[in-house]
Order: sequence, then structure tokens, then C-alpha cells
Amino acid sequence: MIQPEAEWRAFLALGRFMIQRSPSTGAFVFHPRVAAPGSGADDLEWVEAAGTGTVYAVTTILRRDPAENYNVVLVDLDEGPRLMSRVMETAADAVAIGQRVRARIIQEGDQPLLVFVPA
Amino acid sequence: MTYVNGFPRGAACIVGAATFGIGRCPGVSAVDMAAKVSLMALADAGLSLADVDALYTSAPFEALGGMELAEYLGITPKVTDCNRTGGSAFEVYVQQAALALAAGLIDCALIAYGANPASNPPKTVGMTRPSPWEAPYQPLAPVSSYALATSRHMYQYGTTREHLAAVAVAARAWAQLNPEAAVRDPLTIDQVLSARMVSTPLTVRDCCLFNDGAAAIVMVRADRARDLRKAAIPVLGAAHAVTHREISGMPDLTRTGAVFSGTQAFAQAGVTAADIRLAMLYDAFTITPILFLEDLGFCAKGEGGPFVSGGAIAPGGRLAVNTNGGGLSCVHPGMYGLFLLVEAVRQLRGETGERQVPALDLAVAHGNGGVLSSQATVVLGRMDCL
Repeated sequence: MIQPEAEWRAFLALGRFMIQRSPSTGAFVFHPRVAAPGSGADDLEWVEAAGTGTVYAVTTILRRDPAENYNVVLVDLDEGPRLMSRVMETAADAVAIGQRVRARIIQEGDQPLLVFVPA
Repeated sequence: MTYVNGFPRGAACIVGAATFGIGRCPGVSAVDMAAKVSLMALADAGLSLADVDALYTSAPFEALGGMELAEYLGITPKVTDCNRTGGSAFEVYVQQAALALAAGLIDCALIAYGANPASNPPKTVGMTRPSPWEAPYQPLAPVSSYALATSRHMYQYGTTREHLAAVAVAARAWAQLNPEAAVRDPLTIDQVLSARMVSTPLTVRDCCLFNDGAAAIVMVRADRARDLRKAAIPVLGAAHAVTHREISGMPDLTRTGAVFSGTQAFAQAGVTAADIRLAMLYDAFTITPILFLEDLGFCAKGEGGPFVSGGAIAPGGRLAVNTNGGGLSCVHPGMYGLFLLVEAVRQLRGETGERQVPALDLAVAHGNGGVLSSQATVVLGRMDCL
């Protein structure tokens, strides 16, 4: 059986942002699952995400000095699925709903992390 | 027995209700509080532990809390449920208990909750694992999820921080009329706007309290309810919907499952929002009553902000909302849903003194769980509604 999270993280470690697609329904899926939500289609395949999307919602978390503020966003991928992420390479509070963004994989600590930057 | 949209309208009644330890309740455990308030609710009904044959409880930090409370009380329930739909669990219990009572499976349901996380901080970190798809981005749980929903509502409908502040100010004004409310000092729109920002656009004053409290209710079938101590409050409708677990899985951040639970519960009860003058709406954050007013049909989608402005949901306003002071100003001990039901019962009985809504015959208690994930609506009335 597919190992959704483990396989996704293995791709990420190789620098690849993958999502799933069901050939029978055409639906794209994220987060990774053993079957597509709603239809239950279990023919999910890994496909490379375009990596482009639009900010759907945003919040900035305010921290006491000297810790830096950071944002948390929901991004609607151009393929359809929505995911949580962070928009970097811009001021933490400068991200706007509707803004176009593109994916980037960074190292945070000892882990690869999927983030977005302004498109 | 008549079932309307799958629910036995009026077959079961709430006959006992109690709260205990609101604010600070040091030196005891959560189960001590749940047991104490259970006995108070039974006494309110004129019943005893020997009558109880079904137990519904959601202990704050003990996954097996149902068995724990049964042992503590020394009862042998036929039905024991530890629902895990967060703060909405208690509205779901009312639905499940009404069905079990109507079917004759049980004769007396006790629904109880107690927690003192403020006085007795938990040594464990709760019973949920961090989402692997969200935790790496370090959202503050749960405020950032509600902040994301708020940001989308503001973007789509022009809702403002002043609208949000109006919800907090109305809750405080009601709390000032409730001697049991934990926070009763005056609060202004400007004070909410200038409060410490936590996760934009929500300040600390847009967030519910984190304090101690316990609540319990007792339910029996309507025929037996008529002979008990207090006016019985029939359950006219109760419905539930789950749409997601994490906020990234919510289909539309501006539209909650209350659309489904509310439509069904109101159809069961044979009422519309226009008939209801008391709405107890789970106010975990100031955005939540705005969403639920829209989704339950008190106003159109997107008009919740203007609807709550100008004191419209405060004492003397067009609709009484959260008359106990809500989670924002009365009590929010981790899970709050049961306190909504107790306040609705007290209002329908006419027991609420200065904050009493006059000539009240119908009320809605709407519970929220997770991060807008679970929505459960209960419609309560007076016996003459049947």
C-alpha cells in the first residue's frame, strides 16, 4: 500500500514538491492520502505540483522582542488543493489575500520545509 | 412518538441544570468538579444518582473519562459516551441522549463536564497530535486557525475589527448582568482594538477566556419530566455536522457546518431563526458568533459584522446573544458547549434575574468544536411549544 506521508517527505527531501492525482476522476489531492476524499478513488498517483498558487487566507503571529513575527497562510494551489504554509522573502505582515505565490523548498533545522515566496 | 427529520421532537426534556466553580476552582481535579456539578444538576431536577442510567462526559485531559466519572459516582450506566468533537460534544450528547431516551434504551441521562486548566494546568499536552501538514508552520493553536477564517471573512465581506470588537463588548455587557461571570469590568470597542495583538486580526480581547468551570444537565422523557421539581425544557431539535479537522481542510473558511446542523435542527423543531430571541452561540473567538448568526440564518451571509454592531446583540438589542457573558467574558474551561445549554435552560425557566430575556419561549444553543470543524445545534423551548 502507498505510504502517503513517508513518500511525500521522501520526495521533498529530494527537492520535489509532489501532490496526488486520481486519473479516473481527474482530481488533485493534498494532503497525501491512500484514496481521494469524497470519491474514494484509490488510483492516486504522484505528480509534480506546478508550485504556483494564490493566498487564500493569512495571519501574522506577533511575538515579543527579540523573536521575529511570522506569517501563516493558506495557499490555493493552481491545481485546486489548499495547504498551510508560510510566505517568505517579504515582510511577515506584507502578505495579502489574493497574492500570487510560488513554492520553494528550504531547510529548516534538519528538515526540508515547503514554503512560498511572492511570484 | 413523532420523528421530524429523524429527531423525536419534544420526546426528551432537560430537567436539571447546574454550573460550579466558574472562574477559579483550585485544589481539586477535573473529575472532582464533574462529580460535584453532576450532583447539583440532579438535585436541581429532584433526582438522584440512582436514577442515572446513561453518562455523557468529555473529560479535558483523560481519554477514558467516561469510565472514570462512572466509577467516581458509583453508577453503572447502560450508555457511556466520551464524544471527541471538541466543545460541540455537549450539543451532540443532547442529540444522542434524546434519541436513546425516545427509543427506551435509557431513562435518565447525565451530561457533565468539569475542568480547571487555569488553577491546575495539565501536565500532559492534551490528547491530540500535531498535524504533520500544519505544525511545521507553527500556527498558534487554535487562535491562528480562527484568525485565518477571520481574514477571509474580512476579505470577502468587508468585516472589520470594529465588528469583531462589538461581539466582545456585547459579551462583556451581558457578563456585567451575570453575578457568576468571571470577568465583569467595563470593556469598550477602543480597548478591544488596542489590546495586544496575538494572531492578526485577533487581539487577546478577541479570544475567549481560559479559566475554570463545571456544568451538568439531566435529561428524561417528557412524560416523567412533568412531575419533576423545575419546569421541564423540551428538546425540539438537535443536529450535527463535521466538515473537517484542521483549518487547511475546511472547504470554505467563511461558511461553517452550522449551515447544515442549523437547517436540520430548525426543521426538526418547526422554527426559523426569525422565531428565536435567544441565541447561545459558541464564542471561542469574536468571529464565531458572526459566522453562526449568518450560517443559522439570523442574517444573510456576509452581513454578520453589521448585524452585531451598535449594541444589537448586547442587552437591549434586537437579539439576545450569549446572555451569560459567553466564553469571552463568563467561562471557557477548555470546552464550553455545556455552558451554552445551561444558560438557555435557565433563561427558558425565567431564572436569570437582571439578564432575563422577557417572555422567552424558544432558544438555540449552538456548539462549535475543533477549528470550526464540528457544529452542533440544539433548539430548546418551553412545554407550551409542544
